[in-house]
Amino acid sequence: MAEIRNYTMNFGPQHPAAHGVLRLVLELDGEVVRRADPHIGLLHRATEKLAENKTFLQSVPYMDRLDYVSMMVNEHAYVLAIEKLLQIDVPIRAQYIRVMFDEITRILNHLLWIGAHALDVGAMTMFLYAFREREDLMDCYEAVSGARLHAAYYRPGGVYRDLPDTMPQYQSSKIHSEKQTRSRNENREGSLLDFIEDFTERFPTYVDEYETLLTDNRIWKQRLVDIGVVSPGRAKALGFTGPMLRGSGVAWDLRKKQPYEVYDQLDFDIPVGVNGDCYDRYLVRMEEFRQSNRIIKQCVDWLRKNPGPVITDNHKVAPPSRVAMKQNMEEMIHHFKLFSEGFHVPPGEAYVGVEHPKGEFGIYLVSNGANKPYRLKIRAPGFAHLAALDEMSRGHMIADVVAIIGTQDIVFGEIDR
Amino acid sequence: MNTSRQEALAEVLDSILAERLVSQHCLFDELTIVVHAKDVDSVSKVLRDHIELGFDTLIDLCGMDYSTYGDEVNALGKPGGRRFGVVYHLLSIPLNQRLRMKVFAEDNEFPVIDSVTDIWPGANWFEREAFDLYGIVFQGHTDLRRILTDYGFVGNPFRKDFPISGYVEMRYDEEQKRVIYQPVSIEPREITPLVVREQNYGDSYAE
Repeated sequence: MAEIRNYTMNFGPQHPAAHGVLRLVLELDGEVVRRADPHIGLLHRATEKLAENKTFLQSVPYMDRLDYVSMMVNEHAYVLAIEKLLQIDVPIRAQYIRVMFDEITRILNHLLWIGAHALDVGAMTMFLYAFREREDLMDCYEAVSGARLHAAYYRPGGVYRDLPDTMPQYQSSKIHSEKQTRSRNENREGSLLDFIEDFTERFPTYVDEYETLLTDNRIWKQRLVDIGVVSPGRAKALGFTGPMLRGSGVAWDLRKKQPYEVYDQLDFDIPVGVNGDCYDRYLVRMEEFRQSNRIIKQCVDWLRKNPGPVITDNHKVAPPSRVAMKQNMEEMIHHFKLFSEGFHVPPGEAYVGVEHPKGEFGIYLVSNGANKPYRLKIRAPGFAHLAALDEMSRGHMIADVVAIIGTQDIVFGEIDR
Repeated sequence: MNTSRQEALAEVLDSILAERLVSQHCLFDELTIVVHAKDVDSVSKVLRDHIELGFDTLIDLCGMDYSTYGDEVNALGKPGGRRFGVVYHLLSIPLNQRLRMKVFAEDNEFPVIDSVTDIWPGANWFEREAFDLYGIVFQGHTDLRRILTDYGFVGNPFRKDFPISGYVEMRYDEEQKRVIYQPVSIEPREITPLVVREQNYGDSYAE
C-alpha cells in the first residue's frame, strides 16, 4: 500500500488573497490544513529604528505608512504618546476633529476590509461598492491635508489646520459633460462639514445595500459560519483586540473602557458577537459602520457650533502662525528651532493604546530627554492576530484559510512595520 | 484610569509579590513594576491567575537596549549596568487595568530571559521579534526563529550599535546571474543631530 504523507504547500507572497506580502507555508493532509506557518517580514522597513534617528515631528508621516488603510488612527496613537510625555493639553476642537477623522478612518478601513474579504470569498461586486464610498472619504482626507492617503494631519498638540470652508470640485472634461459635472459637484458646494454630513445621511443606505448582498447570502454564510471559531478565553490569551475580540463575545472597546479624547461625551454602542466565528466578526464590523456614522454625525454637529483653536499655542511644540513668525523675533526663533532641532521630550516612558479599526494599536515611547525618541515600540493589532492564524486554521480546508485571512483584516504595513 | 486605582493596584501588588518585587513606580497614571529575570515565570503566573490582578492579556512585549540611555536620566526602573531588558504591557480585561512589567537580562553578552508563552500564548511572536531584533534568548520558547528580518540575516538590527544602514546591501549581479550581498555603499549621515539638553534648559522664558 502506498504511504500517505502530509505535503507542504507554499502560499504567497505574491498571491491575490495574501493581502500584500504574506508567505504561508501550509502543511496539508489532502485538503485539510494541519499546520500553517506564516512567514512575515517581507515588508519590514524598521520603522521603529528609523524613528530613533528622526526628530519626533519627522516620524509622524511614518505612522501613516504603518497601517496604510487607517492612516490617521496610527498618527493618533503616536501624537497621544508624545502629548502624554510632554503633558500638554490639546484644544477641545482638535479633539473633536481627531475623533471625527478616527471614525472616518474606521469606515475607510472597514470598507477596504469588506471589499477585500468579499472578493477573496468570491463576491466581486462588494469591492466596487466599497471603493465608491472610499472615494468620498478620501476626498475628506484630501480636503484637510492635501493627501488622499498619507495625511500627516495630526500633530503633537492638535491637528495641522482647521477644517476648510470649501471642497475640491470636479472639472468637466471630454468624459464628463458640464451637466454631469454639475450634478457630481452638488454636494461639494458647501464646506467640508456639509460634505461629511451629506455623506452620513447617505451612508446607512449603502450599508443596507452591502447587507442585502451579503448578510443572508447563502454562499457567504456557507463560507463564513463556523469558520475560525475562537472562544472568548482563548481570544484574550492570544492577545486579540478590537473586532476580533468582540466577535468572540467580549465587550471590550477602548473608546468605552478607557476613553481618550472626547469619546466619553459621545453616544455610541459596542456591537458584540456570540459564536466567535468569521460570520460574527463580519456582523460586528458591519454594525461598527453604523456606529461610526453616528459618532461622525455628533462630531459634525459639535464642530459647527464651536469654533476655536485646533492646535496648542505652546510654540515649543507647535509652530507659530506664518504672520507671527514673520513679525515677531521670538516666534521666528521658535519656528526655526522647531523645524531644525525639533522639540525635546522630557525623560520618561509612556504607553498609549487607541482603538484602531483592527484592534488596539499601541505606541510605547521611551525618551531620554533628547529631540529624538530613545525607543519607539509599535504594538500592531494585526501582529497578534496573524500569530493566531495557525491555531485558527488548523483542521480547516485550504479555502477557509483565505476566509480567515480576510476576517483578520491583515495589512502588512503594520505587521511588518 | 485614575490615580487612586493605580495606588490600590500598587498596594495589592506589593502585598502579593512581596520580595519578588524589585521596585515599582507610577508615571502618567501608568504603573510599572520591575522584577528579577529569575522570577519572570512565577510572577507572570501570579499576575495572570490572582483574582485581584487578572492580567489575562499580554498586549505587548518589547525588547530594549539600554546601552546609550544615559545614567542621569535613568531614574525609572534602573537597569543598573545591564544592557538588555524586556518590557511587558499587560491588560486585565475583567478588571480594566493595565500594568507594565520590566525585566533586565543579567548577562549583557548573552541575554536570557524565561519565555512566557506557556502563560500568555500570544507572546509567541512578540518573543520571536525581540529575539530577532535584539538577540534576547527566551528560554522555554518552542519555536524561537527569526521573524521580521530576511532569511539568513546576520546580526540584531535594533541594537544601538547596529548602524541604521546595516552592513550589507543586496543587488542582482549580471555576470553571476544571481542576487548577491555586498558591503553597503552608502555613507552614514545624520541630517538632524541628536541633542540632549540639560534639565530646565530654556526655562527663562515663560511657557
